[in-house]
Amino acid sequence: MWKKLNKNTRKNAVTYLMLIAAYLIMSVLQKGGHLSNLISGMLVLLCVYAIMAVSLNLTVGVLGELSLGHAGFMCVGAFSSALFTQLTMNTGMNAGLRFFIAILTGIVVAAVFGILIGIPVLRLRGDYLAIVTLAFGEIIKNLCNVLFLGKDSNGIHVSMKDTMSLGMEADGIVIINGPQGITRTPKQATFFIGMLILLISLIIVLNLVHSRTGRAIMAIRDNRIAAESVGINVTKYKLLAFTVSAAIAGAAGALYAHNTSSLMATSAKFGYNMSIMFLVFVVLGGIGNMRGGVIAAVLLTVLPEVLRFADDKRMLIYAVVLILAMLWNWTPAARTFREKHSIRRMLAGRAGRQQKESGEAAATNKKEEM
Amino acid sequence: MALLDVKNLSISFGGLRAVDSFQLTIEQGELYGLIGPNGAGKTTVFNLLTGVYKPTEGIILLDGKNITGHKTAQINHEGIARTFQNIRLFKEMSVLDNVKAGLHQHYKYSTVAGIFRLPGYYRTEKKMNARAMELLSVFDLDKEADYLASNLPYGKQRKLEIARALATEPKLLLLDEPAAGMNPNETQELMDTIRFVRKEFGMTILLIEHDMRLVSGICEKLTVLNFGRILAQGETSAVLKDKEVITAYLGE
Repeated sequence: MWKKLNKNTRKNAVTYLMLIAAYLIMSVLQKGGHLSNLISGMLVLLCVYAIMAVSLNLTVGVLGELSLGHAGFMCVGAFSSALFTQLTMNTGMNAGLRFFIAILTGIVVAAVFGILIGIPVLRLRGDYLAIVTLAFGEIIKNLCNVLFLGKDSNGIHVSMKDTMSLGMEADGIVIINGPQGITRTPKQATFFIGMLILLISLIIVLNLVHSRTGRAIMAIRDNRIAAESVGINVTKYKLLAFTVSAAIAGAAGALYAHNTSSLMATSAKFGYNMSIMFLVFVVLGGIGNMRGGVIAAVLLTVLPEVLRFADDKRMLIYAVVLILAMLWNWTPAARTFREKHSIRRMLAGRAGRQQKESGEAAATNKKEEM
Repeated sequence: MALLDVKNLSISFGGLRAVDSFQLTIEQGELYGLIGPNGAGKTTVFNLLTGVYKPTEGIILLDGKNITGHKTAQINHEGIARTFQNIRLFKEMSVLDNVKAGLHQHYKYSTVAGIFRLPGYYRTEKKMNARAMELLSVFDLDKEADYLASNLPYGKQRKLEIARALATEPKLLLLDEPAAGMNPNETQELMDTIRFVRKEFGMTILLIEHDMRLVSGICEKLTVLNFGRILAQGETSAVLKDKEVITAYLGE
């Protein structure tokens, strides 16, 4: 039955199963107390970054547009969802339901920003789009830094100056306190919810890619003029992909906001360095390859922490690894060695030679070469 | 009523009048050729017909409907499909998906149905696959359905482009130098394909071509362009004997 399934369906199923396996293994290890505090504390953050990798991969790999401001969408999602949680904290609402609606709030607000930014920005191409999204990310971060918001018996007060100018009654509480951000948000994000959101985002993106809509989006990526000539509405599908991508980033932000006791819009958390890091996940995992992006996000987040003991030797190790990687990839001797001992070849040898090189193998080979 | 009726079509880029007072009438089912020396404005005419450029003057009627100034995608919905001089396939997509992208407008289900795999998704995808394979087998491409489009040999890429254009179910098919870069054998095969498409799909075809063997072999009528102006127009045999055409384009 497995063989009967479509090639893409099989590939996606493997991705989902890998995620579920990873979740089960980590939960068992955590229950048994085999995980260090360091890793235990990072589990939700890993989910956040993996979701961001999926989100950005939709924009960069599938839509083919370079966004350098994805941390901005995450920031919007984080602040709006934390704000929702704070505003409804003492209303007696069920905590689980509140968290669910908070995540939805993050998604919807980020999606709205995606549409607003997308309409003008997607008219631009190439470098210009990257520059504008970069600016967007920085603007959002800085706006969050000067935003003051409080609640008292009269309602909600907003100011861009300081807490005093909110002009609240005595019973007022400050929710967003400028550079100090939002504090005391309940830590409701668990590893389970993080993995669930990651799995849902993956299913949404992979199903989208292998549908009529996804074909239209990829057609635009591969050749805009040809896509128009077969009747595909370029603006509509570009905006759709960008909005879905922003919405997923918003979900990641909501998760992030409910995993930290003080949410601040600092450069280290939502600046362009983070946007670049998400881009590194995508590029390292293979542009357009969702599974690779998730793996890269996990590795690149865990490795620096685990290898912290070698902090002072980091640049040395980095250089050696880089040189070894280049040698492994490009020296003729290594290449012949790899070809002789490749797993694909060993598997093919076992399956017998009657399976001639099919179109499928030719297609994947070509993809690997690139 | 003519299928395509172009009246007094002109476009200027700055001071250059790339196409000047272009007239063209194509009847249903005709195989029409557009020829001329390099830079005569042939591809510009195609770009005007498909809405890539907006004409400075003139009107384009398709089946009696005014489509002047419409957007490219809109014009495709109205019934004009084209191929390109420098092949423009969706290179990172499979051969099958290239044709399915062409079916975009005629086999629909919503994005939501696609994401959540609602019944409409399976139903429509099945029909799309069947239709796309049918088109591919017409062009003898069905065995390569899983290949990446960029892995096809040149001649097959040209065929795939025609298959993709036909997938949009056009009334009029525009072919921009379909034989460019082909050897005589491939050109011969292409001529058969074009004849076949016309018969099988009842297609009206307008093509740009430099290969005179192909033009004189299959086109019934010709328009010769030179410096954006019409030099001659009419039955192929008559046009090719025209003195002006011979001096400007064919050479003695």
